[in-house]
Amino acid sequence: MAQPQPVEMTDNSTGMSYLDSLPRRVVTVFLPLIVFVFVLLFPFYWMAITAIKPNFQLTDYNNYSPLWVVEPTLEHIKYLLFETSYPHWLWNTVYISVAATVISLVTSVFAAYAIERLRFNGSRWVGLGIFLAYLVPPSILFIPLAIMVFGLGIYDTKLALILTYPTFLVPFSTWLLMGYFRSIPFELEECALVDGASRWQILIKVLLPLSVPGLISAGIFSFTLSWNEFIYALTFIQSSENKTVPVGVLTELVRSDVYEWGSLMAGALIGSLPVVILYSFFVDYYVSSMTGAVKE
Amino acid sequence: MANVAAAEPTHKRSFWAGIGQGRHVLGIAFMVPAAVFLLFFLTYPLGLGVWLGFTDTRIGREGVFIGLENYESLWGDSLFWLVVFNTLLYTIAASILKFGLGLWLALLLNENLPFKAFFRAVVLLPWVVPTVLSAIAFWWIFDSQYSIISWALIKMGLISAPINFLGDVTNARASVIAANVWRGIPFVAISLLAGLQTISPSLHEAATLDGATNWQRFRYITLPMLSPIIAVVMTFSVLFTFTDFQLIYVLTRGGPLNSTHLMATLSFQRAIPGGSLGEGAAIAVAMIPFLLAAILFSYFGLQRRKWQQGGAD
Repeated sequence: MAQPQPVEMTDNSTGMSYLDSLPRRVVTVFLPLIVFVFVLLFPFYWMAITAIKPNFQLTDYNNYSPLWVVEPTLEHIKYLLFETSYPHWLWNTVYISVAATVISLVTSVFAAYAIERLRFNGSRWVGLGIFLAYLVPPSILFIPLAIMVFGLGIYDTKLALILTYPTFLVPFSTWLLMGYFRSIPFELEECALVDGASRWQILIKVLLPLSVPGLISAGIFSFTLSWNEFIYALTFIQSSENKTVPVGVLTELVRSDVYEWGSLMAGALIGSLPVVILYSFFVDYYVSSMTGAVKE
Repeated sequence: MANVAAAEPTHKRSFWAGIGQGRHVLGIAFMVPAAVFLLFFLTYPLGLGVWLGFTDTRIGREGVFIGLENYESLWGDSLFWLVVFNTLLYTIAASILKFGLGLWLALLLNENLPFKAFFRAVVLLPWVVPTVLSAIAFWWIFDSQYSIISWALIKMGLISAPINFLGDVTNARASVIAANVWRGIPFVAISLLAGLQTISPSLHEAATLDGATNWQRFRYITLPMLSPIIAVVMTFSVLFTFTDFQLIYVLTRGGPLNSTHLMATLSFQRAIPGGSLGEGAAIAVAMIPFLLAAILFSYFGLQRRKWQQGGAD
């Protein structure tokens, strides 16, 4: 009893890396990692540097180093914001993404709760069906959906995208939330039931407050997916004022043979910023939603 | 009388409570919104797409049933077979590269590093930004005259003239694959990293004490422990790559000489600008067998073994 406790092993965090010498780790770990990070980030740097380069430096590699900029200019960004429909496209993308995300989240919460907790007859099959629905790619669906959108009279409206984006958002969010609900102990719900709460109250007052992290994960992932969507937006939208950023930049800023790389890159950069900012605030949620969808 | 009065509300209550609390009725009621969406905007269009493949529908004109005519004409269409070849080449090459490089990056990130969280966050960026917008950046990077890669290689003295990235058959294929790999690595790496972190370090320590080399530890511990998650990640990766549309549409629109045309881009080209919705749908439907094969392969070939879940073999 009085024997001294053995000292706790605390080197789990370092694993066995202490076995490698520092020079060896530099060559096998840090060097490749730096190359990876450089390659993965260079296009962003290139985008940013091009967006603020004056036109005369853009293609003159003999007198100016392409990797740096002298006399940075906001000309391209000004052109983008005041002489094109770009602000309009940004607003459209925000509007469509938020609407589609909210619809999908509400729908998915109910569906996930029903499948995971109410366990109605056939819920297992419905759960499997939801997973299979996630595997159906938009490239297969866009032609028949285009015909439906036309038939419903919502062609070339934002509504067309708000209604079709949930086709890939709902399966994903439901699947994610099912996993999340599964991790919440059943006993909490049983207690609430014993205390006379209805299913509705349990969902609103017990389960949802506990699943806020899951809801954030599903929400930001859905928002990013809608923001990035391209093929539906390209097919269902015709008029310039209803376009989203990816479609607008590609179809309206690319004109004839003279590419205005400065404004194109500025458009790409500004169009990426909202998701990048959102992502930087919620990295862990983002990662957990990505890996959560893969794990089970 | 008092009895009835007392019984009445409880009866009523239990009836409504039965509706409200009954798992089956309520469960189905909760499923209604999702079911409506998915049946109407997913299942129905899927069926409609298959049906369209058997018709000669054009934009603005109802089609009639023409049986297998679309598929027969595709069968004899050398462009279609070239596109199938391109799609398979693109998928296989990009998936192998994404897997190899992604696993490597995951192993690097799994090391004990300073600023680990920062590296992990930064690495995922290519996956987060809209594909079309990063593809536009690649378009500029792959420019035939002012490519920064050509410039760097010329400066280093490796080449003398700019590389024609997107104008030459082999170069164009390599370029689009490179852009796809760039975008796909983070997804593979971060997902596999999550898998790696579940492997207990004590297994590696035990193996090291038994005299296992680094390669043996990787081959006989890491890889088997990781294989279930590899199967899922690569299935997703293959599905997304096979049905890719955005990258090609931005970078090459299928050119040069249709050498980078994929099934999704051909389907779009025939259906929307070309107007032949029936033929486009037939090409889209022709993708389904490939997708099913990929899913079934990963399901049966790579599914979890019992020992990977802690059970006996």
